[in-house]
Amino acid sequence: MTATVEPEVGKARRRKEDARLITGRTRWTDNLALPGLVHMAILRSPMAHARITNIDASAARQMPGVLAVFTGADLADEQGSLPNAWPITEDMKAPTAPSIAVDKVNFAGEAVALVIARSAYEAADALESIDVDYDELPVVLDMAAAVADGADLVHEDLGTNSSATWIFDSGEAGTGGDVEQAISDAEVVVERTYRQQRLIPAFMEPRAVVVDPTGEQFTMWSATQIPHILRVMLAMTLSVPEHKVRVIAPDVGGGFGGKLQVTPEEVLTFLAARRLGKPVKYNETRSESLLSAHHGRDQIQKMTLSAKRDGTVTGLKVELLADMGAYLRLVTSGIPILGAFMFNAIYKFPAYRFVCTNVFTNKTPTDAYRGAGRPEATFAVERMMDELAVELGMDPMEVREKNWIKHEEFPFTTVAGLTYDSGNYEAATAKAKELFGYDALRAEQRERREKGDPVQLGIGISTFTEMCGLAPSRVLGSLSYGAGGWEHAAIRMLPTGKVEVVTGSSPHGQGHETAWSQIVADQLGVPFEDVEVLHGDTQSSHKGMDTYGSRSLTVGAMAVVQAADKVKAKAAKVAAHMLEASEDDVEFASGAFRVKGTGAEAKSVSIQDIALAVFAAHDLPDGVEPNLDSEATFDPENFSFPHGTHLCATEVDTETGRVEIRSYVCVDDIGKVINPLIVEGQVHGGLAQGIAQALFEEAVYDESGTLTTGTLADYLVPSAADLPTFVTDRTESPSTTNVLGVKGVGEAGTIASTPAVVNAVIDAVRHLGVSDIEMPCTPMRVWQAIRTGRPDAGGLGSEAGGGLGSIDTSGGTQ
Amino acid sequence: MIPAAFDYVAPTTLDEAVRALAEAGEDGKVLAGGQSLLPVLRMRLAAPSKLIDLNKVAELRGVREDGDAIVIGAMTTHYDVLRDSLVAEHAALLAEATGTVADPQIRHRGTFGGSLAHADPAADLPAAATAMDAEMVIAGPGGRRTVPVGEFFVDFFTTALGPDEVLCEIRVPKRTGWHAHYEKFNRVAQAWPIVAVAATVRVDGGSIAEARVGLANMGPTPVRATGVEQALVGQPATAEAIKAAAEHAAEGTNPPADGNADAEFRQHLARVLTSRAVSAAVGA
Repeated sequence: MTATVEPEVGKARRRKEDARLITGRTRWTDNLALPGLVHMAILRSPMAHARITNIDASAARQMPGVLAVFTGADLADEQGSLPNAWPITEDMKAPTAPSIAVDKVNFAGEAVALVIARSAYEAADALESIDVDYDELPVVLDMAAAVADGADLVHEDLGTNSSATWIFDSGEAGTGGDVEQAISDAEVVVERTYRQQRLIPAFMEPRAVVVDPTGEQFTMWSATQIPHILRVMLAMTLSVPEHKVRVIAPDVGGGFGGKLQVTPEEVLTFLAARRLGKPVKYNETRSESLLSAHHGRDQIQKMTLSAKRDGTVTGLKVELLADMGAYLRLVTSGIPILGAFMFNAIYKFPAYRFVCTNVFTNKTPTDAYRGAGRPEATFAVERMMDELAVELGMDPMEVREKNWIKHEEFPFTTVAGLTYDSGNYEAATAKAKELFGYDALRAEQRERREKGDPVQLGIGISTFTEMCGLAPSRVLGSLSYGAGGWEHAAIRMLPTGKVEVVTGSSPHGQGHETAWSQIVADQLGVPFEDVEVLHGDTQSSHKGMDTYGSRSLTVGAMAVVQAADKVKAKAAKVAAHMLEASEDDVEFASGAFRVKGTGAEAKSVSIQDIALAVFAAHDLPDGVEPNLDSEATFDPENFSFPHGTHLCATEVDTETGRVEIRSYVCVDDIGKVINPLIVEGQVHGGLAQGIAQALFEEAVYDESGTLTTGTLADYLVPSAADLPTFVTDRTESPSTTNVLGVKGVGEAGTIASTPAVVNAVIDAVRHLGVSDIEMPCTPMRVWQAIRTGRPDAGGLGSEAGGGLGSIDTSGGTQ
Repeated sequence: MIPAAFDYVAPTTLDEAVRALAEAGEDGKVLAGGQSLLPVLRMRLAAPSKLIDLNKVAELRGVREDGDAIVIGAMTTHYDVLRDSLVAEHAALLAEATGTVADPQIRHRGTFGGSLAHADPAADLPAAATAMDAEMVIAGPGGRRTVPVGEFFVDFFTTALGPDEVLCEIRVPKRTGWHAHYEKFNRVAQAWPIVAVAATVRVDGGSIAEARVGLANMGPTPVRATGVEQALVGQPATAEAIKAAAEHAAEGTNPPADGNADAEFRQHLARVLTSRAVSAAVGA
């Protein structure tokens, strides 16, 4: 048995997962069919804020096939409160968060009744015959108004709509100067307010959950990113002993943070199954998903930047209002705080202050969405760098170059207190400019302006960094997060030399099975095909912190590497015995142990030979346990800091306001790469989502708090037809804080691209008097901005149109 | 997304279909390609008690020539319209507009007649049919009648079709040799247009001899832009002349307002897009 000689790491392998996914062989949660399975449907509130005065479910209970109807009153005593794991301040206000409303609804889409029936069809029919009487309350939608004196309250018992105010001040923290001083001393001050519109994660597979209560354990299958966290939280929320709960995340069709949640639907399916003693399935409709699964972004960002006339920045003050929606979900409260460390970005601000007020409104709760706090921060600071350049009459790239951390200055401790281990902004930028043809495009831009071309050209820059690899547990502790940031892995050496890798990361589209196999193939010198990766089932993968925050590779794969090291250490003892040498004299290379210095032709024992010998256990050294299996739990010492330079050229049709992306170049530095094909896919998908925020997507509520973008015909997720051909490349500054040298790539494209696109749009029309256009930069907004300078036309239409052609879909929620 | 319960019949002839519809009465609904009806049913915005599925009625499919018109069966799919040589030769505008309908999957399912009978003023084909002076051939219990396109569309989702009538074919006058372009303005590829312009013109000796312009999403029905048609006739087929004439494109329109566009922006778009559509049609 010869091991692979060519390293697996770095190969653009096609993914192991794809055959079963593409051919439909896999079983998604909704494909599960258990004996005696019954189906649950949820009646949701059409009101954003109302008291429930009566629910009449008597007719529904008589409908064919209906087994039970539950209201909030029926489940009030056992549903507990949905968990929030991030009390960002000691005095943070958090309302009780029922899975099903008991006497009051706080957002449109909140569950008010459940029907469990023999078929999904009968359950859906019965929903229609439940009568709910509501007493409407004033609706709180606007964040600024919500925190003003005398505002109507979302939760009257809290006495305020402000959940918490979180502050970081570099002067107080000792990481920098006093920003107020910097602003008052400044030669130039730029103040801007930006709006991060509300987005919907819009994963492809809607959320689905099946609970089987008939075994010794409750088994929950859920389309979740976090089976491990979910298990712990179910135990804590529902007072079920943890060892009596097993959670399985089978193949999951995307999450983007949207499935980083302990959902009301999971709890309610659990409760229904426990009540009925039968397996229960709930599979949400697309409309329910858009309406009630958590949303993302939604901030008002007041930015104040101070600088010298030569372009050197001297201070940055960030004042945020962040919309929590109606409740604090799992990490809702902490999402804007993740951005707190990123507003200073790659720039050497000597003084920095961040103040964020978390605000309740009568909208769907917000929580993690791809990037989670960091896209918001990156957008604002990258827009501000462009504004500063305009203020000073400098090229926007020159302003950035003047202020960024130079490659020889790494490791660099920022004004926010993070230490960036590695990076080379000069190299990524130089490569991007060359691929983009920066100078030629600037020349064309000048030409078009001079001749008054109806189609103007704009160039947008985003030189971004982000923090990935959530996270060092001690840092999470200092931020009052409710858990650690480690990850677990185990490696099982099977008697035939095959390898099972157990990971606590929980893939939902990323390709862990392929990447982990490549890593383990190199680590143990076994063929790629001989590695099986087990994940997503708390019974086989009993310990984990799951997948989000671009953490899988930097944390999860490092646990795999450490487990492999332990396997090799155990194997070395056996190998030495088999080679009749001392342990110190054997070395491991290409999957086999040899006596040091004896060359490739010398006698060797392969890892597979050793696995078989250990299985037999006939002749092991004294005191050696017959077991190579090993596990490891890795806690990172630092975040990782991917960075990159993204350049976007847009053509803006000044007659119609239409924006076309003419070219998009990104050069990302994500450290070492395990599989370039997977990286390419992550970058493309990330760019699509970031561009979507810039140009297409927005969750819009009307004045009554009804979501008017409740279908994918209204909520405009772009397809390949709407996106340009991406030019992608990489530079490589390996991370110095993990032995793989990796940094994470899951969120980079999303974080970087939004400001690149918006900067390009503004750059195209700035000479026409435009300094800002709210996202998404729709044709009407762009056209109105050119005509009137207004940045915010349109967007809040409650009338029919757009969606199903002229059909107004916002009236119904089902 | 489960529709309310309904009965279902799938007749194989038009006569059977008409009878089935008459029997169903007010609660019957004709199912063509289902690309508009099924979402509406699944969202429970409508709940007809009986669907009469026309997919097995072979006589409603296909394109034939009939003197100075081509006749398109109501159940002809967009895909079949797109690749039909008679349509390409005599009704280029229809082919252009059909090519922009939604996405390939929908074009293989959706039908020409279904789109017209649904009568969404934001849809592509009603505007194109308007510009083509199409005639709707309607079958009912009392026999057949023919309705000009201008009288077929009555209001949002409302046509001249009686509850017991089936749109069976569409007669499209031949516009052989006419120039045509469908200019669609939407935010993402699969979306309905914010505004779209269906334009077809006959050029004679470098001047525009005849012009037909239909507008999508500029009112409760597709709009025939007669003002701009009149302004175009007799003009040289140049970009400047066309642009001047296109200033009349929004005359008399009462477009809807929504999150994508207010009425003013739609009227502006109608003018800009009409200029572009006619210019593209004639290659100006």
